[in-house]
Amino acid sequence: MLDHILSILIFFPAIAAMLGFVVNKDSMRSYGIAVATIEFFLALWLWFAFDSNASGMQFMETIALVPTFGINYIVGVDGISLFIIILAAFFTMIGIASLGETKDIKNMIITLLFLQMTMVGVFAALDAIVFYIFWELSLVPMLYIIGAWGGPLRIYASVKFFLYTFTGSLVMLVGMLFMAYFYYQATGQWSFSILEWYRLILPESFQTWLFVAFFIGFAIKVPMFPFHTWLPYAHGQAPTIGSVILAAILLKMGTYAFIRFSLPLFPDASVYFMFPIAILAIIMIIYTAMVAYAQKDIKQVVAYSSVSHMGVIILGTFALNVEGISGSIFLMIAHGVVSGALFFLVGVIYDRRHTKLMSEFGGLASVMPRYATIFGLMLMASVGLPLTINFVGEFLSLLGFYKQSHILTLLAGMAIIVGAIYMLAAYKKMFFGVITNEENRNLPDVNKREMLALIPLAIITVWLGIYPKPVLGTINTSVEGVVQLMHEKAISQEAKERIPSLDIIIKRTSAKEAH
Amino acid sequence: MLSPVNVSIESLNLMTLVPMLIPIVGALLIIVIDLFKSDQHKSLYVMLSLLVLGVDFVALMDSAGVFTQNGTVMGVFDVMLIDGLAILSQFIIVGASMLFIPLALTHKRFHEFSYPEFFALFLFMIAGFQFMVATDNLILIFVGLETASLALYTLIAMHNRDKSFEAAVKYFTMGALAAGFFSFGSMIFYALTGSVEINQIAAVLTANNYEDIAFVLIGVVFLLASFGFKLSMVPFHTWTPDVYEGSSAALAGYMSIVPKIAAFVVAMRIFEFLIHSGVVWLEVILYMGVVLTMTMANVWALVQTDVKRMLAYSSISHAGFVMAAILIGTTQSNSALFLYWILFSFTNLGSFSMLWISRQKNLPAHQQSDHSYNKFAGMIKTAPVAATIMALFMLSLAGLPPFALFWGKLYMISSAITGGYTVLALIMALNSAIAGYYYLKLIVYMFMKDPIVEDGGHVYSANATLPLKTIIGIAAIGTIFAFVGVNELLDFITVFVYNSGY
Repeated sequence: MLDHILSILIFFPAIAAMLGFVVNKDSMRSYGIAVATIEFFLALWLWFAFDSNASGMQFMETIALVPTFGINYIVGVDGISLFIIILAAFFTMIGIASLGETKDIKNMIITLLFLQMTMVGVFAALDAIVFYIFWELSLVPMLYIIGAWGGPLRIYASVKFFLYTFTGSLVMLVGMLFMAYFYYQATGQWSFSILEWYRLILPESFQTWLFVAFFIGFAIKVPMFPFHTWLPYAHGQAPTIGSVILAAILLKMGTYAFIRFSLPLFPDASVYFMFPIAILAIIMIIYTAMVAYAQKDIKQVVAYSSVSHMGVIILGTFALNVEGISGSIFLMIAHGVVSGALFFLVGVIYDRRHTKLMSEFGGLASVMPRYATIFGLMLMASVGLPLTINFVGEFLSLLGFYKQSHILTLLAGMAIIVGAIYMLAAYKKMFFGVITNEENRNLPDVNKREMLALIPLAIITVWLGIYPKPVLGTINTSVEGVVQLMHEKAISQEAKERIPSLDIIIKRTSAKEAH
Repeated sequence: MLSPVNVSIESLNLMTLVPMLIPIVGALLIIVIDLFKSDQHKSLYVMLSLLVLGVDFVALMDSAGVFTQNGTVMGVFDVMLIDGLAILSQFIIVGASMLFIPLALTHKRFHEFSYPEFFALFLFMIAGFQFMVATDNLILIFVGLETASLALYTLIAMHNRDKSFEAAVKYFTMGALAAGFFSFGSMIFYALTGSVEINQIAAVLTANNYEDIAFVLIGVVFLLASFGFKLSMVPFHTWTPDVYEGSSAALAGYMSIVPKIAAFVVAMRIFEFLIHSGVVWLEVILYMGVVLTMTMANVWALVQTDVKRMLAYSSISHAGFVMAAILIGTTQSNSALFLYWILFSFTNLGSFSMLWISRQKNLPAHQQSDHSYNKFAGMIKTAPVAATIMALFMLSLAGLPPFALFWGKLYMISSAITGGYTVLALIMALNSAIAGYYYLKLIVYMFMKDPIVEDGGHVYSANATLPLKTIIGIAAIGTIFAFVGVNELLDFITVFVYNSGY
């Protein structure tokens, strides 16, 4: 069974979703929770069976799809994708368990299960076309979730979300097809297998424009400045569950794809574009942090802060060394947990008051102490307080980039202070002071159903903040493989220098030990 | 004294005519039946046509078998040319016709299907298209084209609404113009080379190294214009939306597939050698035509308020997309053309059939046209299955993986890259993104708005009967599970295209 565990993980939710059409409306929530829990335990089993000392792909499966044209269904996991898959399973589970929506709950759960299939599929796919299929398919359930359960501007927001991402990914598709053609020229065979692509060394001119083609697809998904404009709308209009999944998992597809495709395929172009992208990332960090400070709506604050932190992830990725990339992958998980939790928390207060404006609140700490505590914890994590999950990722990402440029890292570090300002200001407005609005006086505190989602997230936040090793060690092993590959593939002298070879690092550390 | 001409029957290779003769015989049979006993129910004629087409399909499989063994077959004084292109396109023509004809068995009674002539004309039309693709003789192409077109004009007019007459007359006028252009273009090539056979023309022109380039260009202009009309390339497309709107949804769907594949094959035969001859001007003009057709049709489709008109513009855009294959002119691109069109037939026929089953006899007050977007608002609440199937067709048309048309697009864009047209590949990709918007618009109406129609979703399947549902089911299954068959299909097509020398 372990040979096919990835296919089971991908298609189990989809099959369950189809069977779900038969399930009665009143029992649908239990059905959804049951399915998502099984899926989560399967994902945990995957982690248990995963060999964390191996850096390559594990549990690989290959089925021919269109062999004439080199398209095969290939899936596999390594340390980079393993934890994001677990995170996706985890968020779907707690998302369904704490679902606040009651309208058309059956359609919602079926859609969420389909979405889960696409999410796991994206992170497990090792064939570019299969990756693209899941990547594009993930748009449809999200479109429906935002468009059918969202706020007043939901149709505009959902269509904008769809079209932006769709356009970007079509450009990416052209890049993929070109890449396959290049492979065909080099070997005489068509192939879309990512692992086979890794073996190709492309001339620099090709690398540059292929990098750009892939970059457009990924950058819109992340979303990087200046392609980020769809995200605030999508978050603003989406129902709580939509925002949670979007922030926690869907955005990670972009950053993950950078590590899976852009870096190992185009090492020279990655070095060439390192500083432009770093500058974009820093603009994104600072600018969105400032925008977040100006928001009146708490959900927009969280949304912009989420974009801001995605900038740190990009920065870490383009540090192009083991610390930076490992840190950015860890930060992806951390960001998923923390911003997912923050969106849950916003949803909690929205369910009670049907407003998200901060001016409507104030003094909530005395009415809802438990809520205030969890919110405070997540907020501290989001700001990057040491001993919380975000700190580990942010620190490593910045450390990685510090090796490439001191000044830019300093700027990015400054932005974290801005992050602290807007987050604390928002917290002050909502939770401290006296209760000004009578409606807030008798709000019920977090109930059991909501606790079900929030407590596990709080535990993870603290646990991985204090002891990140079980996750970080596995990630590190795989990242070392990627960096070594990039170093070997790099053509230009500059790229060779920017991307450190692991042999040198190992030598250096052993030399230190000798002293 | 003239010496007697000796022609042995064997050398005529009359077997090449069999696939075309079958529908003609079928049509005559239908007329004869009507002579003996009129006022028969339409189901008789539908099933007869289906049987005839089935036999035709088997005959085609036979000639496909002959082709794989012996290669291209010529016949009847070398007028007939049965090569891979002819066989593949006839498969599409007959296959799509078999999917179309059961759509006549609607729940409501429509005027045109009560005439047996409808079915006779339909079969004559198919024979016309079959002749058109199975020859490289410009005269026979012309005869086939006109037979088919005249039959088609009549079929449109038989729908018996004001708009149908307008559509038929419009189509007829434009078709007459196109026929004029075609004959004029052929005349110039005949004057230049003394032959009406495309391969002869190519041989003579290559031999004299395109001496009379000016005349060649004039000839090309006329031919291009005539195919522009037939394939509804911008700027010759103006008739398309009106004609589609005027004819019944089923026939509109049919028109977006079968006449076009026939025209594509002829265009492929004619322009293939001209593109490779280094007539740069033709390449430029075709490039512009392809890009304009794709882009402009997409832009117009964005602003339509009626789903059928939107689908009309969308099929213009798809035709432009596929026309790129002829511009690129490699084996891969020509194979991509057939792959795309086979997958497109399923999806597009499916989506037009969905409109067909929701056809009303009279328009309610809140609807300006037969299939306005408003009509589909909130369909998921009242007719969830129909809404899901419609959404499926729309997503496939938009090129969303893993549905049918995605594979066509994938292979087509890849062939553009392989052929060295990287910019064109990007334009094609971006056009797919623009097109995404108007397909999405229908999905938005169906899934995210509140219903306007009050009769609890009955209107969406008012016309449905078991045969119609079967056809839609076949189209839906073909759309979803395309990925299973793409590999076999691609192998099959590539062998046929490659062995015909394209």
